[in-house]
Amino acid sequence: MLKCKNKEIVVPGEILCEGMDFLPSYGTYRDDKVIRSSIVGLVNVDGKVIKIMPTSGRYFPRRGDTIIGRVFDITMNGWRLNINSPYSAFLTMMEASSQFIKKGSDLSRILPMEGYMVGKITNVTGQNLIDLTMKGPGLRKLDGGVIVNVSSSKVPRIIGRQGSMIKLIKEATGCFITVGQNGLVWLSGEAKNEAVAIKAIELINENGHKKGLTDEVKKFLEKETGKKLEV
Amino acid sequence: MYKKRLDGRKPSEFRKASAEVGVVKNAVGSARFQIGKTSAYAAVYGPREIIPRHKMSAKSGVLRCNYNMMPFSGMGDRVRPGNNRRSTEISYVTENSLLPVLDLKKFPNTGVDVFIELDQTDAGSRCAGITAASLALADAGFAMKDLVVAVAVGSVDGTLVVDLSYEEEDFDAPVADIPFAIIPSTGEVTLLQMDGKLSQETLMKAYDMAKKAADEIYDIMKSALKKRYD
Repeated sequence: MLKCKNKEIVVPGEILCEGMDFLPSYGTYRDDKVIRSSIVGLVNVDGKVIKIMPTSGRYFPRRGDTIIGRVFDITMNGWRLNINSPYSAFLTMMEASSQFIKKGSDLSRILPMEGYMVGKITNVTGQNLIDLTMKGPGLRKLDGGVIVNVSSSKVPRIIGRQGSMIKLIKEATGCFITVGQNGLVWLSGEAKNEAVAIKAIELINENGHKKGLTDEVKKFLEKETGKKLEV
Repeated sequence: MYKKRLDGRKPSEFRKASAEVGVVKNAVGSARFQIGKTSAYAAVYGPREIIPRHKMSAKSGVLRCNYNMMPFSGMGDRVRPGNNRRSTEISYVTENSLLPVLDLKKFPNTGVDVFIELDQTDAGSRCAGITAASLALADAGFAMKDLVVAVAVGSVDGTLVVDLSYEEEDFDAPVADIPFAIIPSTGEVTLLQMDGKLSQETLMKAYDMAKKAADEIYDIMKSALKKRYD
């Protein structure tokens, strides 16, 4: 028997359902005859499966994620990047560029220290060693622009359904925006527009758990830019 | 016989408690817990790489707690900043009282730092610290079996009372003070220390009182966590 409502906020230890009618999924555990929550988040009941969408927490790397990383070390054969997660990632020389890199050449010419890049995670091992690639559509070194740090659990809201939210911000401000799954957002444009886009992203980050966010962001953007927005 | 409490509370009544979550902006998770005049802030950082590196384990993440009383927080003299014998002990017992609910196996080679800062202390500061720390860990999004609630029960001149104040701890009669940390859903005890002497039966009675108070404090914590997302 269900003891909670769908889309309700629950905290660790809270009873979600009694009896054996439901199956525990992410963020929940079975404690004898009841299912309890183990994280703070929104309940999601899908058929017989109960899971919880986290509202906070650090980014955890997964294969196939597009992320933004910062170089903090250059080694003999590649770069070590901070990807806003508990573990650092490694980008080998081979995966950095489709061009031939001569042996012994200066790697900081391709990606300097403290430089940002958009990469894709190709592999995550059991010991959490993370491999990145920079070869692929949209994967590149980032020049200029601003980096905004948001909670990785809010990234789906920033992108929106089929990219509706990010499209809205791009349209209103005319900025180039790249959202990394790890909660780093890169944007570049006119200084005034950049400031508006940053504010919009921060607004989503703070209210990511609420409903009707697209309308709120639309209203905010219309007020800031004075443009009438479609969508 | 201690009949009427110095501050007029009932024997089973704890001091006025309040909780707030998300108070430290730069931390992954944070909380403030106040009970009476005692106030504790807890901030969680991590999981992250920690130094010294030999403290990390390839099997599981490590939890590091740091209990600190701010210089102006004491009842009388200035508290000398930095670690001392007492704060080292409390940091250690805080760690052990939180570990049974936390699962850090998913984060090998990392550490989680919990900084507990007390800006004002009266009594029961380790209990306030543990409660704040468990709130902050939940706020940081860690998978936990349950929250941990800590509350002290003591015997003042033969009468069992919940959540002693400083005056009661200092009462001019035999006083025994027992901080409990309890997992509310199972009733398990993760911290049990005793200052003074108590019989076995009285200790069991003290546990029942602590469990009851812990359940009430748990409700305060729960609403604090939910309030953040209203």
